[in-house]
Amino acid sequence: MSTQSKVGSWTGDVEDLVRRLRRWSIVLTHNSGASHVGSSLSMVEILSVLYGKILHYDPKNPDLPDRDRFILSKGHGCAVYYALLAEVGFFPLDWLDTFCENGSLLAGHATHANVPGIEISTGSLGHGLGVATGMALAGKRDGKPWRVFCLLSDGDCDEGSTWEAVLFAPHHKVDNLVAIVDYNKIQSLGTVSEVMDLEPLADKWRHLGGPCTRLMVMMLTKCSLCLRGTPVHSTNPPASSHIRSKARV
Amino acid sequence: MRTAFIETLYERAQNDSRIVLIVGDLGFGVVTKFMKELSNQFVNVGVAEQNMTGVGAGMALSGKVVFTYSIANFPVMRCLEQIRNDVCYHGANVRIVSVGGGMAYGALGPSHHATEDIAVMRALPNLLVCAPGDPVETRLAVGALIDHKGPAYLRLGRAGEDIVHKGDPPFELGKAITIRTGDDLALISTGGMLQNTVKAAEILSARGVEARVISMHTVKPLDTQVVLDAARETKAVFTVEEHSVIGGLGGAVAEVLAESRARSLCFQRIGLKGVFSSLVGDQEYLLRNYGLDPQGIVSTIQGVIGHEAIPNR
Repeated sequence: MSTQSKVGSWTGDVEDLVRRLRRWSIVLTHNSGASHVGSSLSMVEILSVLYGKILHYDPKNPDLPDRDRFILSKGHGCAVYYALLAEVGFFPLDWLDTFCENGSLLAGHATHANVPGIEISTGSLGHGLGVATGMALAGKRDGKPWRVFCLLSDGDCDEGSTWEAVLFAPHHKVDNLVAIVDYNKIQSLGTVSEVMDLEPLADKWRHLGGPCTRLMVMMLTKCSLCLRGTPVHSTNPPASSHIRSKARV
Repeated sequence: MRTAFIETLYERAQNDSRIVLIVGDLGFGVVTKFMKELSNQFVNVGVAEQNMTGVGAGMALSGKVVFTYSIANFPVMRCLEQIRNDVCYHGANVRIVSVGGGMAYGALGPSHHATEDIAVMRALPNLLVCAPGDPVETRLAVGALIDHKGPAYLRLGRAGEDIVHKGDPPFELGKAITIRTGDDLALISTGGMLQNTVKAAEILSARGVEARVISMHTVKPLDTQVVLDAARETKAVFTVEEHSVIGGLGGAVAEVLAESRARSLCFQRIGLKGVFSSLVGDQEYLLRNYGLDPQGIVSTIQGVIGHEAIPNR
């Protein structure tokens, strides 16, 4: 398989990556009969910007010691995440054809075992931010240059454990951590406002984080917004002294 | 045990910056020195056990050897899924430490009694389960756990237990310690019940029955050989634990014996009989009322092997 494997042909253009990942979201969830197509589609732009513009990583060396860590707390949206990892070269594109099939390496929730590029397995909501915070704290205390990015769903924000981490991170001045909420406003049995209204979500994060922390919230729905507005740069740690929120209205 | 734990950890942590102690805002007077002198290796997460475990997993996956610390069920059941998914599935070097295993917190009530924790922890893949029998075993276990690769659960008693071991026994995780020889019966204990189990054996000895006493400080992986030897070489095997008889040491030993295909076995689990420890009183009072004091243990044994075999004197 290795000699004939298809490899990702993405050449570095973020808009192109977005198009590829939108297509993969539909193809993978359709072919596998898996759910969560919406959850995949809603984070296409966020993943594309992170892996295309911001994160420091090497697909040929997934364990690169100084890599930025990316934690997908919304592990149910993994179809597009696998596609992203394949497109940027962590593993062959062929693997995507096996998504959710018997004997595949790619499970229906993000799984680290035998999948290069995935830091931790997720799937049960409310786990990602705590682990990401621990990684960031360890890195900060050891004076490491890498940062940790954690992508949460709005469903993640129903879980108490998420808010435990939100309280913790600013208190311990974990300033090498970026939490991103993919606020797509729909969850399992209805819209977020119907099921468990999170509004005013940005204010909740802002108030818990506090104005003096470096914890940021970005709620991004459009690639252009993200590209224009992100305060995160690959050469600087996220050092915003305020919380940046970009909610779709 | 609590003192032996924190002193050993402090001593090792001074020369090993990988060691991190994370507490859930408990350990007043216990962790103070560690907190003050090794502040870069200490984290208080507040009353947030899920985050304690998640942060612990994240730090462990970034190269740290993490000890999460709280009391009774708080570091175990409140955050069970974090232990399963974040710690165990990733093989993270997190040691979950529970102080006050069993009914050590006495009159504080069943919310503060850990009496199903071993059963719950034992079911999780990749997780080593250790419940040392006395402060000596605790010191040796903490040292071994620092060097252990992978996740572990360390169940401790309180402070001030009697020292059972006269000197340092040879200690290896997963290898039981036989601290009293005897071929009439075998008493296998885990955790702080070691003391009462030894005392029960002494009562039996005074009545002419020689009981082998085995400290099963590691419940998982279980030292199956010592169990099989006990079943073969003695007339009856008993497990003694400050825990439910369901799924803990008794369950583990029962599984080994049931699969040993031995035709004739005499085996009894001694512990809480699947009930909440809802009586009010100190640990000694509770142990006595649930048949886990030395005399209670002897009475259960008498009931199983017959009063004639152990005459009352």
